Amino acid sequence: MLIKLVRRPEASRTMALLSPLIALALTLLAGIVLFMFMGANPGEALYAFFIEPLTSLYGWGELGVKATPLVLIAMALSIGFRAGVWNIGAEGQLTLGAICGGGVALWFHDTEGFWLLPLMVICGILGGMAWAAIPAFLRTRFNANEILVSLMLTYVATLFLSYLVHGPWRDPDGFNFPESRVFNDSATLPMILGGTRLHFGWLLALAAVAGVWVLMARTIIGFQVKVIGEAPAAGRYAGFSINRVIWFTLMLSGGAAGLAGLVEVAGPIGQLQPSISPGYGFTAIIVAFVGRLHPVGVLLAGHLVALSYLGGESAQITLNLPLAVTGVFQGMLLFFLLACDVLIHYRIRPAHAVAVREA
Amino acid sequence: MQKRTLIRALAGAALSASLAMGAAQAEDVKAGFVYVGPVGDHGWTYRHDKGRLQVEEELGVETSFVESVAEGADAERVIRKLASSGHNIIFTTSFGYMNPTLKVAKQFPDVKFEHATGYKRHDNLSTYSGRFYEGRTVIGAIAGHMTKTGVIGYIASFPIPEVIRGINAFTLALRNVNPDAVVKVVWVNTWYDPGKEGDAAKALIDQGADIIAQHTDSPAPLQVAEQRGVYAFGQASDMKAFAPNAQLTAIVDDWGPYYVSRVKAVMDGNWESMDTWDGFGPGMVVMAPYGDAVPENVRAIADEIIAGVTDGSIHPFQGPIKNQAGEQVIGEGEALDDGVLLGMNYYVEGVQGEIPQ
Repeated sequence: MLIKLVRRPEASRTMALLSPLIALALTLLAGIVLFMFMGANPGEALYAFFIEPLTSLYGWGELGVKATPLVLIAMALSIGFRAGVWNIGAEGQLTLGAICGGGVALWFHDTEGFWLLPLMVICGILGGMAWAAIPAFLRTRFNANEILVSLMLTYVATLFLSYLVHGPWRDPDGFNFPESRVFNDSATLPMILGGTRLHFGWLLALAAVAGVWVLMARTIIGFQVKVIGEAPAAGRYAGFSINRVIWFTLMLSGGAAGLAGLVEVAGPIGQLQPSISPGYGFTAIIVAFVGRLHPVGVLLAGHLVALSYLGGESAQITLNLPLAVTGVFQGMLLFFLLACDVLIHYRIRPAHAVAVREA
Repeated sequence: MQKRTLIRALAGAALSASLAMGAAQAEDVKAGFVYVGPVGDHGWTYRHDKGRLQVEEELGVETSFVESVAEGADAERVIRKLASSGHNIIFTTSFGYMNPTLKVAKQFPDVKFEHATGYKRHDNLSTYSGRFYEGRTVIGAIAGHMTKTGVIGYIASFPIPEVIRGINAFTLALRNVNPDAVVKVVWVNTWYDPGKEGDAAKALIDQGADIIAQHTDSPAPLQVAEQRGVYAFGQASDMKAFAPNAQLTAIVDDWGPYYVSRVKAVMDGNWESMDTWDGFGPGMVVMAPYGDAVPENVRAIADEIIAGVTDGSIHPFQGPIKNQAGEQVIGEGEALDDGVLLGMNYYVEGVQGEIPQ
């Protein structure tokens, strides 16, 4: 028997907000089954995954460290996604931000000064924006698909970073190994919680949450983004410029990703090296959707996904579970979320051989 | 009564103090391992994990590992987590873990750290690596005897001294046998990416290479060689199962004896910070059994080279050596020393292309 999805006349608002929680519950249930199949005690496994990482102050600090780039990027991506602008290349913009901001730190490697860090932050943001400007220009000028352009530029960015740390920016005292000098103290983000690695970047992420909320709720461009995303024709009729929204969202997400990259190299890493992100730019896409494209949701989702990374590590150490469990968990979370969303917006009807024609 | 309690308490205290000072028991020592790839990569990480299992088996100590740890912000947390969860010795098995390992080592002076392939040491941080180039001398000679086209394809990961040294050792041995042979290098910029490695092998075979060597960790190039009917060498572990006809031999990393000796040193309380760079001699590098395609006379020559390198009568970087431009780097009767080898950043004559800068 075939089934068919019929759009519900009106999706339940309550259910739409509950859907991440339902998805989380389903993920946990599926996780229990998964752990039982793997021969691990589900109780112990869930404890290792979700509780154990947070049993120390250091663990909470790490949660913030891990969530910072995810929240920063996902926050800005969610605005683009609302407008229907699909920036998939945040990873590349992050890399460029790290290169531009980190480049400042390397240029002034023997100079200390309070002005150094702000300058690095600005250059990091501009670097990410410059990288996002390429898909924005090609989209608005030639209607080139921004998904492909931004995604492909990611590989260009990583290779560019690789070139720099293997060549001109290589540490002169580093035996030819591919990494830059270690940044000096005034080029490193200050720690905000003693005994942990929680750094100033986390506060920047919180500030970004507040900023985006105000932007979407109180400004005209925020309104335009919503209208263009939900009803492009209405937007055009109202005289809103689609190109303006494309530029705005790509600059915002590029700048945020660039800031995230700078925060990583000036924070926990402390130097430029061939790989600076384990795919934050891509994971942030999951975070944006799990967070319902809403600032507060993204903040919570960013920390949840960060926890799943930390939990994956502790499950490996204490229970010898393979790393793949982390990936499976994140995948299931997104899968159940999308499934819930489909069922909230559509109902399932059996489709008979002589089905009514689609309206 | 009171007195007796006091004596008992004192005796108890003395007993526990003597226990703490004596040699640690197997159940007290825990060893942690940080891997850059998945344990199932059948290359670099796979061999480190074999070493870990040997430690468990021979010493009966508890071990744990974390796989696919990115060489960035995550490494420090993972190393710290192992250090703070009761591990007495921690092996971090990739170059990119150098700075995080040093950082954590300074915060945990009572824990011993061992970093593979790096150069930064501390009171409680040792470094260790294998002289894998000794194996490349053997496979270079075999390639010299087996190639028909005189073109060898070499899949390289990152242009660091370790990899360049391997290319040069291979090329020197190759041209020692076959002075006209050349080596074409493809840089894939990854240690482990079966797709990229396989594509590189295809490209090299299309350019006339009839033997593939690799300095990346997956068996994908061997599988391509097997399909296309050319020869190849396994990397880090015996990859014969992936290419029963194509694999001529493999350079096998054997970390087990080193890991056992270092964990044992912690148990015996005589661990010291040091730098270890071992090859054929102590058995950190061994060759896999020859493939059926290797004829008897070539096997004999290869065995001679292994014996010569082991006893020191053959030096893989024996002069005269010329660089790519044909300039002499070192003359007759001399050999490059370890200092030069550790910072090697030029190709010898016979390698085609340029080192990416």
